[in-house]
Amino acid sequence: MTAAISVTGLTKRFSGRTVVDAIDLDVAEGQIMGFLGPNGSGKTTTIRMLCGLLRVDAGEGTCLGLDIREQTAAIKRQAGYMTQRFSLYEDMTVLENLDFTARVHGVPERRARVAEAVERMGLGDRGKQLAGQLSGGWKQRLALAACILHKPRLLLLDEPTAGVDPQARRDFWDRIHDFAADGMTVLVSTHYMDEAERCHAIAYIAYGRLVARGTVEQVTAASGLSAAAVRGHGGPGLVDRLKALPSVETTTSFGTVIHVAGHDGAALSADLETLAEQGVLTWVPEAPNLEDAFIHLMAGSHDNFAGTAS
Amino acid sequence: MSPQDRFSFARLNAMIVKEFVQIRRDTLTFGMMVGIPLLQLLLFGFAINSDPKHLPTAVRDADHGTMGRAVVAAMQASKYFEITVLPETEAEVETILAEGQAQFVVTVPVDFSRRVLRGERPALLVEADATDPAATANALNALEKLAGGAVSRDLVGPFAGLRQGAAPFDLRVHRRYNPEGETAFNIVPGLMGVVLTMTMVIMTCLAVTRERERGTMEALLAMPLKPIEVMLGKILPYIVIGYIQVVFIMVTAKLVFAVPMVGSLWLLSVVTVIFITANLAVGFTFSTIAANQLQAVEMGFFFFLPSILLSGFMFPFRGMPAWAQVMGEILPLTHFLRIVRGILLKGNGAGEILSDLGALLAFLVVVCSVAIRRYRMTLD
Repeated sequence: MTAAISVTGLTKRFSGRTVVDAIDLDVAEGQIMGFLGPNGSGKTTTIRMLCGLLRVDAGEGTCLGLDIREQTAAIKRQAGYMTQRFSLYEDMTVLENLDFTARVHGVPERRARVAEAVERMGLGDRGKQLAGQLSGGWKQRLALAACILHKPRLLLLDEPTAGVDPQARRDFWDRIHDFAADGMTVLVSTHYMDEAERCHAIAYIAYGRLVARGTVEQVTAASGLSAAAVRGHGGPGLVDRLKALPSVETTTSFGTVIHVAGHDGAALSADLETLAEQGVLTWVPEAPNLEDAFIHLMAGSHDNFAGTAS
Repeated sequence: MSPQDRFSFARLNAMIVKEFVQIRRDTLTFGMMVGIPLLQLLLFGFAINSDPKHLPTAVRDADHGTMGRAVVAAMQASKYFEITVLPETEAEVETILAEGQAQFVVTVPVDFSRRVLRGERPALLVEADATDPAATANALNALEKLAGGAVSRDLVGPFAGLRQGAAPFDLRVHRRYNPEGETAFNIVPGLMGVVLTMTMVIMTCLAVTRERERGTMEALLAMPLKPIEVMLGKILPYIVIGYIQVVFIMVTAKLVFAVPMVGSLWLLSVVTVIFITANLAVGFTFSTIAANQLQAVEMGFFFFLPSILLSGFMFPFRGMPAWAQVMGEILPLTHFLRIVRGILLKGNGAGEILSDLGALLAFLVVVCSVAIRRYRMTLD
């Protein structure tokens, strides 16, 4: 498999502050790569460097076999970038926006291709609506339609599903998988764990540094965490009691079930067993999930941005 | 009424503090609030003078006698006239007036001195470039007053009798290009340049900052567009809009104000395109600096203010001190005004407007290169 994205040591500084710090990233062609990390961790900056919107301060690499420092114009022609904030013209209709994008890209048989994109995204009835009047989900569809008009080989999607309802998110991801099946490479940033689990591979970035990458299973396994599902037998303050245990690093409440995770599996079992014997709870071991892994990764990363305004 | 319903100074204070925090953040707006009054003070206080003196005057002395020299000396003594050129022929006189090298041309005819002494009251011709009546009015008034006394000192002995009665020569003043002294003939063509300056600069400036403010710039930059394509794409539509304004003003000038249109309208169209483009380029350059649409408007205003005051539109250009004239010479409106008035009122052709046209083109080239250099392909 050839690499659609292959960069090493990618670095970006804004007035002396290192926002993206020596990131290595490889995405194979036709893969969907999930890009995760807390807000302000450098995901958007990395994506902008990949598509030539920001100059690279250090590092090198290729995007679609093209140099990310020198050949940005060629990369722009073959990549589709969907911005985090809606960036089409709100005072133009759906069709006018698509027509403009198609013209700029010099798409052959423009009308047919615009019609095709409208059809594929189910935008048919809304062609004459102003983009500014569309709801979040429809704006997202329009933005995606504009991104794929020129049949890019690489899609860079920056939090495409933020603020979109679950059904629209599901539809969106079905489309992403269709594109990947057609051979398109997709790099998509997200905060949703369920979306991360639909990616072929994920990369986790915290405070500008890449802290984990691989498949979901690899990342969770590499975290070395053990986890358990805990059910309480009434009585308040169970979560606080669990948090107080030295073996418990994270707790997550799911209705009546509390998911706990910690590094020392043996100690975790022992602690929970003690409480179970006191009749406070019952517990069963379960696999650690991606969220456990991320919270653990976050806690282990040093916040080198703290104290500086952004 | 519960205490929460009453007017609260604490809440008012919260609003005021917030407002000051925001004012302080927008340094450009704050700078403008200080800068605009300062600029107005300087321009109105020092640069503007509605009683221009030391106006450049050409003297064509075919007489070379004492009487002619006496008149010219009296004119210079009045401080309104300053002799700058000494043309020899009638053709030279025409060029001087057409190109605006001098505001007045005094022609002393052959045998002027002798005929004054003979009591024949010969004619002394003073031609004034009256395209801007305000620039010449006071000087011409002064001229009428000094004419009689100018030569009296030279009328001695047997000629002393000529001192009585009317002036011993016939002062003929020709107000060229605008004989009635219609201010509208000067203002209306000038207004074309003023309207274009105001709308074109702000329009393009807004057109680009709007993209940045609404976030569409990011998508635009991610597309394979070259800076020159974006810049021309932003400029060309407004050239069309500028042209519509020009046609509207010209038709009104002709039908309502009966402004004479002596010269070639084709030549005027070509110059107008250059002038519009120069202003659009200024707007585009501002847009690379302004962070939002408000700042764009402020910068447009900051450019507009000296344009209208120092270009010779509102106040006579020659009345300004040297530093203000130098500033005025940089502004495109100054040159456009001279060209428009030259073409419409004087019937100037390409030859006469060449130097102002050159200045316009130089301005255009400089501003365009700044704009291209400042326009960033990336978001850094």
